[in-house]
Amino acid sequence: MSVGQTAFREAILDPARDVPDGLVDPEGRPAGKRFDVYRNNVVVSLSNALAEAFPVIRKLLGESNFGILAGHFVRQHPPSSPLIAHYGSALPDFLEGFAPVQNLGYLPDIARLELAMRRAYHAADSTPADSSVLPQMPPEQLLATRFTFAPSVQLLRSDWPIAAIWRFNAEDGPKPEMRAETALLTRPEFDPVLTTLTPAGGVFVEALCDGRNFGDALEAAAAIDPEFDLSPALSALVSGGAITDISEDPSP
Amino acid sequence: MLDATSQRSLPLAPGIGYKPQHFTEIQQDPGPVRWLEVHAENYMGDGGRPIAQLRHLAERFPISVHGVGLSIGGEAPLDADHLARLRHLVDWLNPASFSEHLAWSSHETAFLNDLLPLPYTQATLTRVADHIDQLQEALGRQMLLENPSTYLAFAESEMEETDFLREIAQRTGCGLLLDINNVFVSCTNQKLDPRAYIADFPLDFVGEVHLGGHDEQEDEHGAPLLIDSHGAEVVDPVWTLYAETIAAMGPRPSLIEWDTDVPDWPVLAAEAERAAGILAQVSQ
Repeated sequence: MSVGQTAFREAILDPARDVPDGLVDPEGRPAGKRFDVYRNNVVVSLSNALAEAFPVIRKLLGESNFGILAGHFVRQHPPSSPLIAHYGSALPDFLEGFAPVQNLGYLPDIARLELAMRRAYHAADSTPADSSVLPQMPPEQLLATRFTFAPSVQLLRSDWPIAAIWRFNAEDGPKPEMRAETALLTRPEFDPVLTTLTPAGGVFVEALCDGRNFGDALEAAAAIDPEFDLSPALSALVSGGAITDISEDPSP
Repeated sequence: MLDATSQRSLPLAPGIGYKPQHFTEIQQDPGPVRWLEVHAENYMGDGGRPIAQLRHLAERFPISVHGVGLSIGGEAPLDADHLARLRHLVDWLNPASFSEHLAWSSHETAFLNDLLPLPYTQATLTRVADHIDQLQEALGRQMLLENPSTYLAFAESEMEETDFLREIAQRTGCGLLLDINNVFVSCTNQKLDPRAYIADFPLDFVGEVHLGGHDEQEDEHGAPLLIDSHGAEVVDPVWTLYAETIAAMGPRPSLIEWDTDVPDWPVLAAEAERAAGILAQVSQ
């Protein structure tokens, strides 16, 4: 009898299934515990990959709860590619539907932030544009300016204080206060840098990322917050090496 | 079919499975370590630190790229996207060697992140040989195929693993990567004599040797069940088997593999030193 890889895979991911017939020990007896070595290798190695990729989710849930969550997730969402560095992109949506963590509404966005950090870490290298031209520009020229961003730049808007929650757990930062935050990730060299933006700052950077000019981005931010101050967001972009090209709209 | 003798450019000396935590120490004092091996899948990002480190190390050390995700033994066709990623990496890095495993790991959109076993039948032989032909064609170079650690057997198997590997190498022109720890683990688990396995192994095709650690368990009948963990020192019986094998086939590039619970650099360097001592005895 022949043991196909479909039956093998199904039995690996479902411990309730019988070990396929035709898998044997040296005496010709059913493989039993020997098959469990493969079951264990798969679930443990993938759970370890998740633990490494989502350290703040792991800390928020605790080691034991995270292990249970990872076991469920691995069996329902095994990786679709051998690039384990990006495994877990389905975790945020999984957390939204996972009953035991429904009281922790911010978890899915924290998972999205940890995914974004990995994308930033592995993104293509880039060379920042010379941003010293910006302060010298006459206002009408500045308003007509558009930016191109580095591939490492990531922006995540949330109804939760995601950057503060991340810092509280990863860096012993101050206790988070309930508010909406947008997380900006830049990568000046090799390590992603997290910047907290106000909701208006988030709208401003998002508009620039979408290719809109400076004037349009300011207008979008001011619609949310008439007192909007662009300098924290702009200085994070400049110091993070996020801007790779500065161009001007053609004159009307 | 590619010429089996066209490439063997790793030095006949110890190498080490590269871990980023040893980046600085490797450059300050590599000790007996003359070359490095990296897992292909860890260097498929677009940029950032991993790629920058690899570029830097490749200026000083010959690099062996070791794939752990292509699923050469898979029933389905090779993953074209992954093949393209491997080709991209091999093209820019131009490593001294490329190797993969006699195993499968992907099936029907699921990648299981483990090296799963194959029945040794004519059908498997044809499939694996076709996949290796396709891979060597895509990469434009010879690859080395590694013997697996196995925990069970397929009742349907028709031939010995050593005969299977010889046939694959003869058909495709690929070389072989002989993992001595895998020989010890598989032979213990399959109730075979590791010395007899080495005696039957087509040593002429071997372009690289692996050495690593394993865990010891028992199955439900009390029989020994060794687990290939890459998380401990190489045990003495594996060193003995390595020394005997090197004496029989001559020196080969020899890698210390340590992937889980990675120790401090001096522990790895000491393992490489031990391999260097055995290689030196044969070279004299």
